[in-house]
This record gives sequence, C-alpha cells and structure tokens, in this order.
Amino acid sequence: MMNSNAASSSTANPDAAGSPDPPAPRRSSKRPKYSKFTQQELPACKPILTPKWVILTFLVVGIAFVPIGITSLLASRDVVEIVDRYETDCIPVANRTDKVAFIQSNASKTCTRQITVTKHMKRPVYVYYQLDNFYQNHRRYVKSRNDEQLKKRSKTSETSQCEPEDTTPDGKPIVPCGLIAWSLFNDTYTFSRNKRQLTVNKNGIAWKSDRDHKFGKEVFPSNFQNGTLIGGAHLDESIPLSKQEDLIVWMRTAALPTFRKLYGKIEVDLEENDIIDVILENNYNTYSFSGKKKLVLSTTSWLGGKNDFLGIAYLTVGGLCFFLALSFTIVYLATWRSFLPVMEQKSRRALSKFLEPE
Amino acid sequence: MAGNRRKKHHFSRIHAFSCGKTSFKGDHSLIGGPGFSRVVHCNDPESFEASVLNYSGNYVRTTKYTLATFFPKALFEQFRRVANVYFLICAILSFTPLSPYSAVSNVLPLVVVIGATMGKEVLEDWRRKKQDIEVNNRKVKVHCGEGAFDYTKWRDLKVGDVVKVEKDEFFPADLILLSSSYEEAICYVETTNLDGETNLKLKQALDATSNMHEDSNFQNFKAIIRCEDPNANLYTFVGSLELEEQQYPLTPQQLLLRDSKLRNTDCIYGAVIFTGRDTKVFQNSTGPPSKRSKVERRMDKIIYFLFGILVLMSFIGSIFFGIATREDLQDGKMKRWYLRPDDTTAYYDPKRAAVAAVLHFLTALMLYGYLIPISLYVSIEIVKILQSIFINQDLHMYYEETDKPARARTSNLNEELGQVDTILSDKTGTLTCNSMEFIKCSIAGTSYGRGVTEVERAMARRKGSPLEEEVTEEQEDKASIKGFNFEDERIMNGSWVNEPHADVIQKFLRLLAICHTALPEVDEENGKISYEAESPDEAAFVIAARELGFEFYERTQTSISVHELDPVTGTKVERSYSLLNVLEFSSSRKRMSVIVRSEEGTLLLLSKGADSVMFERLAENGREFEEQTKEHINEYADAGLRTLILAYRELDEKEYKQFNEEFTEAKNSVSADREELAEEIAEKIEKNLILLGATAVEDKLQNGVPECIDKLAQAGIKLWVLTGDKMETAINIGFACSLLRQGMRQVIISSETPESKTLEKSEDKSAAAAALKASVLHQLIRGKELLDSSNESLGPLALIIDGKSLTYALEDDVKDLFLELAIGCASVICCRSSPKQKALVTRLVKTKTSSTTLAIGDGANDVGMLQEADIGVGISGVEGMQAVMSSDIAIAQFRFLERLLLVHGHWCYRRISSMICYFFYKNIAFGFTLFFFEAYASFSGQPVYNDWFLSLYNVFFTSLPVIALGVFDQDVSARFCLKFAFPFVTVPSVIPRRCTEYPV
Repeated sequence: MMNSNAASSSTANPDAAGSPDPPAPRRSSKRPKYSKFTQQELPACKPILTPKWVILTFLVVGIAFVPIGITSLLASRDVVEIVDRYETDCIPVANRTDKVAFIQSNASKTCTRQITVTKHMKRPVYVYYQLDNFYQNHRRYVKSRNDEQLKKRSKTSETSQCEPEDTTPDGKPIVPCGLIAWSLFNDTYTFSRNKRQLTVNKNGIAWKSDRDHKFGKEVFPSNFQNGTLIGGAHLDESIPLSKQEDLIVWMRTAALPTFRKLYGKIEVDLEENDIIDVILENNYNTYSFSGKKKLVLSTTSWLGGKNDFLGIAYLTVGGLCFFLALSFTIVYLATWRSFLPVMEQKSRRALSKFLEPE
Repeated sequence: MAGNRRKKHHFSRIHAFSCGKTSFKGDHSLIGGPGFSRVVHCNDPESFEASVLNYSGNYVRTTKYTLATFFPKALFEQFRRVANVYFLICAILSFTPLSPYSAVSNVLPLVVVIGATMGKEVLEDWRRKKQDIEVNNRKVKVHCGEGAFDYTKWRDLKVGDVVKVEKDEFFPADLILLSSSYEEAICYVETTNLDGETNLKLKQALDATSNMHEDSNFQNFKAIIRCEDPNANLYTFVGSLELEEQQYPLTPQQLLLRDSKLRNTDCIYGAVIFTGRDTKVFQNSTGPPSKRSKVERRMDKIIYFLFGILVLMSFIGSIFFGIATREDLQDGKMKRWYLRPDDTTAYYDPKRAAVAAVLHFLTALMLYGYLIPISLYVSIEIVKILQSIFINQDLHMYYEETDKPARARTSNLNEELGQVDTILSDKTGTLTCNSMEFIKCSIAGTSYGRGVTEVERAMARRKGSPLEEEVTEEQEDKASIKGFNFEDERIMNGSWVNEPHADVIQKFLRLLAICHTALPEVDEENGKISYEAESPDEAAFVIAARELGFEFYERTQTSISVHELDPVTGTKVERSYSLLNVLEFSSSRKRMSVIVRSEEGTLLLLSKGADSVMFERLAENGREFEEQTKEHINEYADAGLRTLILAYRELDEKEYKQFNEEFTEAKNSVSADREELAEEIAEKIEKNLILLGATAVEDKLQNGVPECIDKLAQAGIKLWVLTGDKMETAINIGFACSLLRQGMRQVIISSETPESKTLEKSEDKSAAAAALKASVLHQLIRGKELLDSSNESLGPLALIIDGKSLTYALEDDVKDLFLELAIGCASVICCRSSPKQKALVTRLVKTKTSSTTLAIGDGANDVGMLQEADIGVGISGVEGMQAVMSSDIAIAQFRFLERLLLVHGHWCYRRISSMICYFFYKNIAFGFTLFFFEAYASFSGQPVYNDWFLSLYNVFFTSLPVIALGVFDQDVSARFCLKFAFPFVTVPSVIPRRCTEYPV
C-alpha cells in the first residue's frame, strides 16, 4: 500500500549506489559531495490511492468521527438554556408605536417577567443578556477606546482614539473614554423564586487577565456620562475600573452583531417547573436600530454552552465517510474483476506507444 | 638590421594571408572624423595634451551597483514589480486613519520582503566585486620613464602607457603591439575568453616599431596614435600611428585585446589605447537577455486576476458600507446611536456617505490585501536558488574527466526545464566529443585502418550483426592515444616499408607531418611531444604522423624538422625541411598547402583539402588511384568520418620563382583586394597535383548520446540538430545517435543539386535566387504532401535541410510552411547552417509554436541560438567558455540533459507550480475570511484577525511549509522519472504535469 521511494531506489538503483564512493578524491575537485540529502534521495513514503486504501481511510475517519459527534451532541443537549426575549413585551402597549421615544423618556421602565424552568438546572446558572443587530465590531466602535487610560492612572488625560466621547465640553478627560464605555449596557435584572430573592453573583464574570492587566486598580471613573447625550449605564466613581466587571465584560467587544454577554451567576440549583420572577429595568435603547434583547439563563457542560453545531458537524462528516466507504466498497466489489485488466491494458498500451517499434 | 629584414621577409611569406604589409585602406581616411576621434599620446600619458583628453582609467567595475547607487537602483528594481508597488502604497496609506491595520504591522512585511531580495542582490554583487578587486589589482610592467619598467596595478594604467606583457599573462587593456621578443615582432595570442576559439592567433607589429626589443629602447619613444572610438567590434580596427612625422596604418593585426592571453612569446611591448570600459571586451559585454519562465509569466496574470477580485470585493464592500452609513442618521434620528453618527469624521459621516464610501474603498483595498501574496516573489526566488543548488550538487551530472559539475547559472528557468518541447542541438562538441581521432586512411588506392566507428556500430546494431560484440572487446585492451584510434599492422610500427606502394605511403606520411600549422610542445620531463593546433583535425593528423613514424618535433619560422623512418636503413633520421610558403586554410579555399625545400633541394608543394576542390586539381598523371580513393571516401563518409584528400607536386625552380615574385607582390600590394589577389595566385600553383590518398578522422559521439536521445524522444521531446557539417556527415551522425532510424522516410531539401549549381553560376543573381527559392518551395510542398498523406504504417518522417535552402525556407512567406513540415517530422536536421541561421530557426520555433525551446551547444557559434531559446544549455567542453558564458545552465556532457530535463525539470516544474498554487490557495482562503467577516461587521473595515498575526501570516507562519514543498517535494523518485519518461508528453498549462507512479 505504501511505497517507500527512497528505500527502493537506494537498493534497486545500482547507478546511484555505485557512484557515491569517489575514487581517490583528487585535489581541489569540484565533485559534489555525496549525501542522501543533496542527491535528493532521502527516504520518503507516498500513499497510493488504491480502492482498498481509500475505503479503509474513509472507514477509519467515520469510526472516529461518529462517536465524537454523538458525545458532543449529548453534551450540548445536556445544557439547559432558557431564553426570554423581552424588548417588545417590556414596553407598555400604549407606547409600542414609538418605542424609541418611550425608551428616551423618563417614564418608569421597570418590567416583570416570569420564567418557567423547563428542566433541572445545576448551579452555577449563568445569566446572560443577548443583543441582536448591535455592531460592536464596527471599526469606529472597536477603536473608540484608550487602553492606556484604562490601565494607568497617570494616563487619565490620554483620550486619543476616543472621539467624540473623549472630553467633556470644558476639556476634562472622560474616564473611561470612548464609544464602547459610553454605550455600556444598562438593563438590570433581579431574580426571585417563590418570593425569595435569588442572588446574582456579579464577581468574576470578566476575564481575569482583563481585571488584572487591562483595567487599572487605581483608575476611577470621572466625568463619565456627563454629556448631553447619555449613552448607557453610569459608573460608580468610587469603584476602580478593575472592579467594574460589567464594564470590563462590555468592553471586550463581541465579534459578531448577535452576541451574549455574561450578566452574573446564580449560585443555586433551579428545579424543574420553578417559576422565576424577573424584575428588569428596561433602560437600554436597542429600538433605534431594531435590535432584540434577550435574557438567557443557561447551565454549562464540559463542552461549554448549548451549541449543537460541533456535534452535528462531526456526525455529518462521519456519516458521509461511512457512506462513501460503503458505496466505494460496493463499486469495488462489483467491478474490480473487470476493472483490473482494463487498467493493465491501458498502461501497457501507453507504454508500447513510446517503445521502439523494433 | 639586414639580417632582421631578411627573416622578417621570410616570415611574412610563410603566413601568406594573415600576415602582410599593412596598407592604408579606404577606412583610414575616416580617422579624425566623427567616430574616429581618439588620440593616444604613446609613452606620454602625463603630458598636457593627453590630460586634456581625459580618457577613463583602467579601473573596471562589473558590479551592478556602487555604494551610492545601490539604494536608489535596487529599490527601483524592486518596485518594478506591480505587487510591490501595491504594497508600498499600502504601507504609505497605513500611516493615515484609512488603514485598518497599524502602520508598523503593515510596513514590516514589506521591509522584510524587500530587504531579503535586496540582500540577495548585495550578496551576488559582492561576489562580482571581489572578482573586480582581483582583476583591478593584477600587476603589469609599465614604462615609468628612463627606459625602466616597473610593476603597476591594472587599475592604474592610463591611455598611452607602454606596457610589457610576459608569456602567459593577460593583456591588461586593449594594446597596440609595438614589438615583441621575436625579431619579427610577432606574437601569439589566445582569445578563448573573447570568442571561445582555442587556436592561437598571430599578431604582428608595424615595421616601424618592431626593432625595440629592449626596455631601454622606450626611453625616448614618442608616438601618437589616432584611431576609432571605443566600439564593440572585435574584428575591426582602424587607426594610424604617427612616429617621427611619419604616418603608419594600424589594423586589427596590431591590436591586442584585453582578456586575451599571450602565448608562445616571451614578452611583448604595447601601447595602451583603450582602457577599462572602453576596451572592446567590455563594450561587448552586454548582460545576457533576461529570461522569464512561462510559469512566472502566468503567475503575473494570476496576480492581476487577484487584483481584479480585490477591487471587486472592495467595491462591493464600499457599497454596503455606504448604504449602512447613510442610514445611520436619517431626519436627525440616529439609528446606530452607539456609533455617534451625529458627531463623526469624514470616514463615517452619514451626511456624506458617498465620500465615506470612497474612503472606505481605499481602506478595503488594504484590508483585503492579503489576497495578494506579498512574499510570493521572494519565496519563489529562494526556492529556485535552493533548487539550482540541488542541480549543481547532482552527482549524476558531474563529469569526472573534466571535473565539471552541472551549473545552473540562472535559477530563473528551473521549472521551464520541465516543459521543454523542442531541443535544438549543435552537433560538433555537443553530440560529439569534438576530439578528432585519426581512424582510417586510404593510401595509393588501398584502405588502411581497422577501427570501427560509432556510426558503423550503430549500423551493425540496426542490421543485427554480431560485429558489435567483437569490437567492444577488442577496444578494451587498446592503449588509447588521444586523437589516434588507428589500428592496422600493415603500416604500423614501420611495416609500411613492405607494402606495395611504400614510396607513396612515405610521401603520404611525410605530408601529414609537414603540411600543417601546428606548433610542437616538448614536455621537458619525458621528452614527449604534444601539439598545439588550430583545429582538432589538424592535431589528429600530426599525431597520426607521429604514431606512424614521422615525428614532427620542431618548427622555426623557416623550417620544419621531422624524425623520419628511413625505409632503406630502417632507422630514425632527422630531416629538416625549409619552409618557403604556407598557403593557409580558409573556408572558401577549403584546402591548405605548404611549399618546402627538402634537404636534397627539391621543391615540394604539399596540399590537403576537401574532395570537392582537390580532385579537380589533380594532374593527368596524378589520377592513378582516383577511382579507388573516391570509393574509399564515400565509404568513410558513410561511416560518419570527415575526409581530406592529400596530394603533392614537385615544383621546378623557375616556376616557384615566378610564383614567389607574383605572390610577394600581391601580398605587398596596397589595394584593398589584396587577399583575393593572393588567393588567385595561390590557386595558380595549386594544380597538377599528384594524388596520394585520403584521410578519415572520426568526430566521436559522446558517451550515452543515443540512449539519451532515445529517452528524450520517449518523453515526447523533439530534437532538431543544427550543424555546420556536410549533409552526408550530418545524416550519418543522425543515424549514429539514433536520431534517424531505419524505416524513417527522409525528406531531403537541398540546394546542392546540379541544377541549382548551374543556376548559381548564371549571371543574373536575382533570377537565380528566385529559381532556387522556387525549387526549395517546391521541395517543401512535396514534403508537406508526404506528411499529410502519410499514415502510421509508413513510418515517421525525417527532415533534412541544408543551409542554403534554409536561407530561403526562413523567408517570411515560406517559413510557415517550413515550420509546419518540420513540426510534423519526427527528426529535423539542418546542415551547413550558420550561427545566425541557428538563432533564426530557434526564434521561429519559439515564436510560431509558442512551445518551450531548449538550445544546447558548446561553441561561440551557438551563442545566438542559446540566447534566443527559452533555455540555453551550454556544454562546458573543449571549445572555450563562450557558450557557457551565455548559457542559462551549463553541463559537461550531452547525456546529462536526460537527467536535467526528465528529473530536475520535472521536479522543479511540479514543485514550482504546486508551490504557486499553494501560495494562492493559502492567500485566497485567508483573504476571503476577512471578506466574509466584513459582512458581519457591516463592512466597516474591521479586520477579524490581529494585525501582527496578519502580517506574520504571509511572511513567516505560512512561508516555510510552502518553501519546503517547493524545494523537497517529489511526486515520484528520480528512478521513476527516468523509467517512465512518457508522462512528459501531455502539457496542460499550469496544471502540474502528472507522472503516475506504477507500483513495480
């Protein structure tokens, strides 16, 4: 099946074997030195795609992939995920004709939702908010921050790249500056089960590296959200940036326009058919760009969150390989007897065409 | 003084045509005019007049760059590539906010790539620089006043200096020969470096300066030379020497060219006239035409195509971006408020969305730039250099005998080797060894020599006779003497005295020993004599004479001394012949003669020449053996041998005296047609000859040539042989090297027919030419008909055409027909073709069939062909370096071509093409992910990857695997490449040629 070129050539090529030993090397000879490398005779192997070989390969791939696919699909199915879309429902019916005006008004935006737990959810239960049609990956948006400023207190006035949210009209630097921070998500959720408050742990929701290295412990927000146009959430000026985990999560911009960001963790198990009451402040304006807002409760498995794609992909490829292996086997078994002489004949004819008609 | 004059006189008589009194010809009137304005103050380079002229020094620079010009020039070279210009623009734009990437990450790859290529240039130039330094610091003796000569570096030579060059030294600049260590002021010059000819050329100084043999003579020497301006023509020179108010004409005969070598002469004195870049050799050195491979040209097209895609992608992106941006702010309402469309810069301004879109277009051009592989060119260059190292290192292409490995002089064309469709080959020195071996002779109507030629062996092989076996066995135990492969006990070892025509044999051998222009060189250690001859043929004759008992051992200007075997006593005797005249060989005369006086005082005219001119010059009583000799000559020609007729005649004193007077007068005449005049007079005396016999020398086929040609034919490569030889010889060689086979039908197109001969002699030249052309056309049409009508069973066709017919066949209106016919034929042989015709045929094949041509040759006459062809392969053989210098790849033997094409060509082609495909694949696959991401980022120009990852992707992360593929990949091993050469046949353009491996 495998043919080792060099192994065969070094034994079967008398020419190559004969020449390497130079007869008494003469002075200042230009004779190239012999080595398997320079003579391009290094051992190599090259698979020849014979039917048996191909079928076997497909079979092996199929055997490997289908179990992987099944396992990852099962892992994904194990994850319990509850999604509640609320951006329309949380607007009073009367205001639904002009949602943007409502969200920009000062009216109370508190809204209650009820979520039924469909299946037992093992702690920790992660709480996400999911935004839709929000281009956090827009070039202007992505660039609009200053990492120096976020990191070091001494660089507070460093606001380049942050325009137009760089300074207050009277020239004071905004900390944290830029569009990303300015547009910080400001919906809030409070969960209760059977009238008992469920605590949402908001510690450790951001990347450790971000907390430790990208956002300074001595950098405190200042002049933030003081402009005429309020983007999103306000920040507590007494808490350093490295502790403002909501901000840190938000500032790690999403790659795609539909994204989830971690809001917090519920550190208790949720039982099946539990009714969770959510009181949420629907503050964030996604209505101008008709973006959806969703609240997501989800557990995780060893493979992460709920995502069937990987399992399905593995299963598809594995199945395809099985199918190909099977059909090749059938074709091969059905035809190999008639197929072999044809091959031989062809190669013989090709050969004879170039040989001397002696 | 009188003695000197007499000797000089003798000398000029000996070399009838090349040496003679110089005269002012028409050209000399041009001196002082435009193009002929150079004035040289000999021996006075420091004078005021000389310094006014301000001619350049003798410093030469062959490097491409100097320290000052390196950066501008090398950068310019780099940015001639479109892709590099694009990347430069990107790099400049990356300093503006337009850029999606940071400036450094954008500039760095360009710097790395350009830096690598420029580094390579520096390395190459440095090698040249070292060579220059070596040459410029060579030393030569220069007159430094007061008759003293002192060593000076070549670089410090000035126009007008008088230099003294010693034996085996190179001339430091173009010199005018003033005098030499010979009384006659002659010197021998070897011009191998200039034109590849190995024979020695004779130069002679003017009478006026020839008597200065001592250093001290130059103390008060003053002369003014006026001559033509520097030009590239090696064979012409017009000038005059003003010495003591007398004008003397200067011709090429006095000109010693830089880089040629002084031989057989102790020393010469010369005046420097052209220095440094003005010398003829430098004026001649034009860089070889830069050749690019087809793959590379196609690659350029793909790059343009990718540019097209890039622009299209950017355009689409810009439209979407423009629309999205405009919608961000409508009627004062912000849509994507988090982008603050109300307070923005021009790049994202919804109010001027069109401008934003145009600016975005520029951004996108940079963003998707990863479609264009920035490191492609440099990677390919690296790969090709490594590939050519492998070619140079191949032991199978190393020739032990001359200690020469293969040498890829340009690495540009490696992969082109795998696409060769037609090989145009020289014959002499390429297919054959160009070492002539004396193998047979016919004396007095009897054929001697039992050696078997390659051609005869091939013929025997075809007929299946067992001859071959015996011969090879016999050959092994024979001690080989170079140039001598003669075996016949009837005349060897002195036994010729017992043959029936012993006297004729004696004369025959004596003629071989005397009638030549070779110079003997006695090895001081063992007393053995070797010869330095103008042509290998001539050397073979002298060696044959030596081996048969007539050892030529000394030549003076006036005599030739030979050790002869005395037939009566059986002992060796020394005999010396005083040499009176040498009537030299020329291609028009096709013969050479010497006139000698033997010790007995008889005057002898000894002559040898081509059969076509010699038979008609025989005397009535000299035709005794004519019939048999003719028969033998035909036999020899059939055996692929070169033949010459030997004849002699005794002259009586009166006749000679008259001839000599006329001849001397003709030579010293001042008219321009002096040479024709001398030829005419020579012709008068070369008649009424008595036939002695004929010689046959074999130009041996190189080892393995037939096998190699067979293999190449199997691979579907066509071989055309372009040779200067006679048709018969060419056909025979064709058979010998299995280019022609039994069962092939030959289409012979010739203008050497009797009718055409008569046509040529007619008065009306244009009518004759027209008639000849019509005849050639007719023959071509007949051949074409044969080709069209032929079916497989009749066997393939072979086209054989001679030089004269070729002239007509290459005319514009006929050449298409000729080409059609030639392509249809399995083998093509063009005989009697000139160097120019060789180049023309090559060009015809190259342009009209657009297939890849490879020219292979070894001599200066092949240079045109080598430069014209897509690939020029030089054989580094005996005929000097000219062909090698203008070739792309040099190999030592024709048979190495097989490995070069079928193994290295195949590999390199496959490697380069798969490498290029790999390159485009990885870049397109990568570039498109950027585009697809844009669709999810509202085409805002945000790259999906980190800047540094992006820029290193091309330059580092992905270049090594590709380079490894390009250097090491083997689809099949060398053994299989050679064994199954046929997959070479199909030539789908860029798709790598497949070579299917068969399990054995």
